[in-house]
Amino acid sequence: MDDISYAPAEGVLSLAWLLIALPAFGAAVLLLAGRRSDKWGHWLGVATIGGAFALAVAMFASLAGLENKSAELDLFTIIAVQDLTIEANLLFDPLSAVFCLLITGVGFLIHVYAVGYMAHDEGRRKFFAYFNLFAAAMLVLVLGGNYFMTFIGWEGVGLASYLLISFWQMKPAAATAGKKAFLTNRVADVGFLLAMFTMLGALGTVDFAGVFNGAESLSTGTSLAIGLLLLAAACGKSGQFPFQTWLPDAMEGPTPVSALIHAATMVTAGVYLIARSHAVFSLNPDVQTAVVVVGALTLLFGAIVGCAKDDIKRVLAWSTVSQIGYMFLAVGLGGGAFALGIIHLLAHGFFKAGLFLGSGSVMHAMNDQTDIRRFGGLWRKMPLTYATFAAGWLAIIGLFPFSGFFTKDPIIHDAFAREGWQGWVVGGAALLGAALTAFYMTRLFVLTFHGPKRWTDDVHPHESPAIMTVPLVLLGLGSLGAGGLMATSVPEWLAPVFGEPHEVHGHLTHMQVTIATTVVVVLGAGLGWFLFRNGTDEVPRAAAWPVRFARADLGGEAVNRGVFERPSRLAASASVAMDGRVVDGAVNGLAAGVGGTSRRLLVLQTGFVRSYALSILSGALIVVAALMVVVVQ
Amino acid sequence: MNEAQQAGLQIDWAGLAPMIIVFVAAFGGLLVEAAVPKARRLVVQVALAVLTLAAAFAAVILNAGKNSAAFEIEGVGIGSVVLDGPGLFLQGTLAVLALIAVLLLAERRTTKGGDFVAEAAVVADSAADKAQRREDGATEIFPLTLFAVGGMMMFVTAGDLLTMFVALEMLSLPLYLLCGLAKRRRLISQEAALKYFLLGAFASAFYVYGMAMLFGFAGTVDLAGINRAGVESGQPRLFLYIGVAMIAVALLFKAAAVPFHMWTPDVYTGAPTPVTALMAACVKVAAFGGLLRVFNVGLSSSAWDWHLILTVIAVATMLGGAIFAVTQRNIKRLLAYSSIANAGYLLIGVIALGDAVGQTMFYLAAYGFTVIAAFAVVSLVRDGDEEATHLARWAGLGKNSPGTAVVFTILMLALAGLPFTSGFSAKFNLFAAALQADEVGLVIVGVVSSAILAFPYLRVVVLLWLNEPAPDAPTVNLPSPMAGTVVAAGVAATILLGIVPGFLLDLVDQASTFLNT
Repeated sequence: MDDISYAPAEGVLSLAWLLIALPAFGAAVLLLAGRRSDKWGHWLGVATIGGAFALAVAMFASLAGLENKSAELDLFTIIAVQDLTIEANLLFDPLSAVFCLLITGVGFLIHVYAVGYMAHDEGRRKFFAYFNLFAAAMLVLVLGGNYFMTFIGWEGVGLASYLLISFWQMKPAAATAGKKAFLTNRVADVGFLLAMFTMLGALGTVDFAGVFNGAESLSTGTSLAIGLLLLAAACGKSGQFPFQTWLPDAMEGPTPVSALIHAATMVTAGVYLIARSHAVFSLNPDVQTAVVVVGALTLLFGAIVGCAKDDIKRVLAWSTVSQIGYMFLAVGLGGGAFALGIIHLLAHGFFKAGLFLGSGSVMHAMNDQTDIRRFGGLWRKMPLTYATFAAGWLAIIGLFPFSGFFTKDPIIHDAFAREGWQGWVVGGAALLGAALTAFYMTRLFVLTFHGPKRWTDDVHPHESPAIMTVPLVLLGLGSLGAGGLMATSVPEWLAPVFGEPHEVHGHLTHMQVTIATTVVVVLGAGLGWFLFRNGTDEVPRAAAWPVRFARADLGGEAVNRGVFERPSRLAASASVAMDGRVVDGAVNGLAAGVGGTSRRLLVLQTGFVRSYALSILSGALIVVAALMVVVVQ
Repeated sequence: MNEAQQAGLQIDWAGLAPMIIVFVAAFGGLLVEAAVPKARRLVVQVALAVLTLAAAFAAVILNAGKNSAAFEIEGVGIGSVVLDGPGLFLQGTLAVLALIAVLLLAERRTTKGGDFVAEAAVVADSAADKAQRREDGATEIFPLTLFAVGGMMMFVTAGDLLTMFVALEMLSLPLYLLCGLAKRRRLISQEAALKYFLLGAFASAFYVYGMAMLFGFAGTVDLAGINRAGVESGQPRLFLYIGVAMIAVALLFKAAAVPFHMWTPDVYTGAPTPVTALMAACVKVAAFGGLLRVFNVGLSSSAWDWHLILTVIAVATMLGGAIFAVTQRNIKRLLAYSSIANAGYLLIGVIALGDAVGQTMFYLAAYGFTVIAAFAVVSLVRDGDEEATHLARWAGLGKNSPGTAVVFTILMLALAGLPFTSGFSAKFNLFAAALQADEVGLVIVGVVSSAILAFPYLRVVVLLWLNEPAPDAPTVNLPSPMAGTVVAAGVAATILLGIVPGFLLDLVDQASTFLNT
């Protein structure tokens, strides 16, 4: 591989810091100004992200005109100790450029939507402050020029995610979900830290250029360790197996949060991390296999659980888990599939954000109910929401000409192209996942918008105001057209990062895969439509064990409880006992001993000069005697 | 003497200037008592003392870099007064600390007329005594202080045992007097003075006896000569050992090492607080200056002989001071025992000899500033006219007087050796130097002792901030610019030497070699 080097930033590209500073400024003003900014605060939040989007577009255009398609900006030195220097530097290259556009573009639409969605919430200003904080942290994550900067953003989005999941902290479920997300991410973040330490130990740097150029000199064991540790971090942030359980619970946050953070952007950070580190991952086939296995397993896992859920946001959450599984699968396959993972990520950013905002619109209409068994027949009442949701639904199941068709099918094709039996297994899993996705998304769609009304008595559904529907329409258009537009242009755009895209030939040809996928998708969707066209029971029916198992998240919670919670509780109570009896006992005993000694010895301090003089005299005798003893020896 | 003059005695008058200035001004102060009307005496005396000490400090600065004897015959130094790095550094330190202490002595606003009695001869608690409580304190304290400071400056530059003895008496006698001059609780004050005097005289006797023994052994009282004799002398070494032991006892008495420490808590408590501050800061500097010189210059050749017993004393002092401090309920006694424990840490520097001279001097300077400020704050917290020295009275001070409480908290944390205070940088450098000299055991004991000692300091902090004040809580009297300057200077030095100790560390590093070692 050629040496990787980044050119210094010039012109509008040298404003990369402003991209982060704008939303950070918004967050700071909103948090510091307090109630005074209640009236206009949300508009400031929207304006900063809008400004960032405009800047990102300008930078994108400017980058396109550059020869080597990268710009590096040094800000200041964070750490300088002997040989180790860590700079605060930003890297704007094709990969970070598309992420910046996604974050600021989709982020801007969701900010606008949230102005309407949060209109009646007392904490709207605080919400926008956190939302801006998230955008700033996410931009640090994708713009950071070394792993340390990425890590700062990584932790920043974790914090913002925690704050926003528990935004309604008076609800115990929301508070618990925030804590769960935070803790799960902390566990996975240890992987990131250890990966950085390994890099520092083996290469003495965490700079992207330094790590990627030095990667080839690493021993197999070291590159395996770095790869697996980064994979663990990525799995945590992206809700991949075995860290998937926090993501569905995160739906306790306000719906715009679910759309922006837990669907379109933050949860894809794991994919970004692996794609960014492609030089490390491509070196070691074992790491790649691990990524592929995680992706294939998770995409099936999410799809199966998605079939068993009745909460509109949770179904979408599990579908997010499943779709990110596709992206992991793609970046795990390596080579040309890196770019496929990124375009699926971008397309998913649009249609999943649209679906979530659509679900928010439905909840708005249905008094914040989320149970799809109590929906039905909404298409007449909210036509705009219905139309945009339909676009998202067709996009995610991947029917021509919607975006999923252009982004998911190539991944399935490349999965089949993996060598030997692995190709059949992984490709089969991806194909089965597509069928399941079609089934559960159709179920969700039909139960929500079609069939008989199963509303509770107190709801009077209505279409949402324009400030919510306009972003919906824009995202719907994105779901419709983005896939076709991106299918060839984005891989070319990303070529400077991942290398030129090239054809792969595997077990099945493109046409065969397309036909197979379309067939299973139509079958799955048709089955879903057929089974649920007349609604469903309003309470869960007794079912065979596979269904019960799926309803219980395939045992994910049980594993957490058994493997993590119970031993942690045991360790906690053991350490409390240890602290109380042994440590405190020793400390208190020691303190009592010192105090007692002090009191006993102070009896010598009689206040009489004669006893003081005696003390001096005996001291003198001891000194003389000691010197004599030395002599005798 | 005439012979000596004929033989070409050369005197380094510039080198002697700091001491000459102080002594002349002290006599001048006595004349002021006779000549200046009572109403104006205080102003004149304070101005005289402050200017004198400033001038002495300037004279020390002008001598910087000297490394010679003040008296020479035909170019050969005689060791009476030695102007070398440690001597000059400690003289400068003494001048600055004494200047600050004089400001505290001059404080008249916190209690009317100050802390000193007007007529010390009046019988305590008699009717006349009660009447004179309204009068201004005696101003003789300033010349007395100058005599003591002059003695200390001589003590740290004395190159033979005889000069050192004269200096020892010169610094001690005025202090005995000063201890007995408190205006309130006069009996306790007089008792403290008498105790200090009796035990001090006792210790001086040891000194003289030890000096005689060493003269018998070496045939000279010159420190460098004694050191040479430690290798060459044909006399029985018994004389050397008894001499070393006796001299050590006298010096360790002044330094307040266990078991020669017992006067310290009583005297610190009984003496007027400004005098206690002077003793805790300046006498400590002088005593350890003398110890460093005697052991480095005079006894380094017999180090193997005294190493064990001095180590035992250092351990006893560190642990004893800390353990005694744990149960104290009186802030002045607490500071007294803390000063004993600190003497133990400083003894590590003495035992480590040449490797730790600079760090020991840094410690002395850092500790001096902190402890003067601490006693200054103690003199501000009052129940009516008297100082509220019982710790229970300090509860909740942070609520009523947050500024004073913050200052005292900083000082307590510095004494406990927390980072970013001079207490940390001083302890760290001293212990590091001792490790260089392979005194691992002493450093371990030092750290353990610091840990024990941190408890009483932090308890004071807890008391200040986390307890509710009593309804009749003591008042914090607003100090005049005098005591205000003392507190400000002490706290500033405490923080400055904690954050940027570099400049003073460089200085002590350059000034850490004795002449004739």
